[in-house]
Amino acid sequence: MKPSTRGMERLGALGFAVALLALWQGLASAKLISPLFFPSPVRTLEALWAQISLGQLWEPLMATLARMAWGWLVASLLGVLLGALIASSGLVRRMTHPLLEFMRPLPASAIIPVAILAFGLSSTMSTAVIAFGSIWPVLLASVQGFSSVDERLREVAAVMRFGTLERFIKVSLPSAMPGILAGARVGLSVALILAVVTEMQASLTGIGQNILMAQRSFKTPDLYAGVVVLGAIGFVTSALIQALENRVLRWRNSAR
Amino acid sequence: MRQYALGAVIPAALLGAWEAVWHLEDFRLESLSRPTDVWRAFLGGMSDGSIPRATVQTLEAALTGFVLACAIGIVLGIVIGLLPRLERVVSPTIDALRPIPSVALIPLSLMIFGFGASMEAVVVAFACVWPVLLITIASVKGMEPRLLEVSQVLELGALERAFKVVVPAALSGIVVGLRLALAIALIVAITVEIVINPRGLGHEMMAAQQALQFDRMYACLLWVGALGWAISEVSLAGIQWIPGLRLEAAGGAR
Repeated sequence: MKPSTRGMERLGALGFAVALLALWQGLASAKLISPLFFPSPVRTLEALWAQISLGQLWEPLMATLARMAWGWLVASLLGVLLGALIASSGLVRRMTHPLLEFMRPLPASAIIPVAILAFGLSSTMSTAVIAFGSIWPVLLASVQGFSSVDERLREVAAVMRFGTLERFIKVSLPSAMPGILAGARVGLSVALILAVVTEMQASLTGIGQNILMAQRSFKTPDLYAGVVVLGAIGFVTSALIQALENRVLRWRNSAR
Repeated sequence: MRQYALGAVIPAALLGAWEAVWHLEDFRLESLSRPTDVWRAFLGGMSDGSIPRATVQTLEAALTGFVLACAIGIVLGIVIGLLPRLERVVSPTIDALRPIPSVALIPLSLMIFGFGASMEAVVVAFACVWPVLLITIASVKGMEPRLLEVSQVLELGALERAFKVVVPAALSGIVVGLRLALAIALIVAITVEIVINPRGLGHEMMAAQQALQFDRMYACLLWVGALGWAISEVSLAGIQWIPGLRLEAAGGAR
């Protein structure tokens, strides 16, 4: 493709987004759509800027990010370890398979009542729910990854007389890594969802609570500002882990 | 058969331990109802109609949102998939909207629609539309180009081309997206009910917890799990049942 056409298309893509926003702005200013429910993009940006300049955004943003990060980290580590354990023996795999198949489609938010019972309306509850919800993609990917390590790689490890730990770190883990990282990426988006849900449910500091409060006081521009921030969190965290994936899996691309 | 027996070992052991701990008075936790009580609460909820009613409410909202998402996702997906120019223009906007967590729309949807099935269905639809849309775009793009040439030679109209050529050719991909979206639909519906919407199984669980009827809460939790599992199994069977699907998938792959 010629560079000029690509430039035109980038311009077109930008133009499309701007046109949508302009249409929204026009409809809202002309009161053709309810400015209460659909405040104009300019008002949303003003609300967002006010939150930033008054320093009101920082604390809830950090709270939501920390919640997400802790729950997701716990889930990812546990998921990899449990996955390796389950995959280490065919018997364990067959024994756990039906249970995992049952747990996988279970809505993670359904354990919120149980978690509230165990931990109260606390941050621990939130972390537990996030960890429970985001462990499944990682766990399933790591069971899959660890149980399908190439037979020749196992033979190499045997020839090299690797110990169990060495074999795990040098052979099994790299071989299962692509799946695990993909699972972790799915887990991260689940973590964001559950962070927002638990904040709304238990009135914990965070963007989730902010948008619920904005709705209760009918400050719709603030509500939209919160939605924009949540979208940005989702976008940036997913881009970060994608970058990590590209970096960690570079050996894989160069080998081909 | 042996597979099922093996799979039953861990759940049976867990249930046994749970029941046994309940009998050790020193370790008894009021919040951890006995499995036999949970079973009784489940039968009670089934016979007094509360669990079936809540199930119907949850499924109603989940399926409405799912159907809405499918209609939007498949139509837009086919149009965008057929026009690569258009795809490059709209895909940055899609990429910007997709990371918004669906639950962020709960307050907005509540404000617009009030409590009830429609606010829930809208949130479900927002969550489900992305997998359907993206997988439809991908499968339409991955279609055998000669099929389109054939439809040009046959001088089919746009609608005819969509239904007679594009949909059948891309179907094997689209149904995978639909299955994914169906699972998401149940998850989001239950989540909305737990957070705010006073209806359906999610609310049933929260209400049971707040009324300190823990056995009923666990009964609903296990029922939700069974429902999710059943939907996943039924949709898998449904995909495999669609006549000629595998055949076409094989033909489409050349």
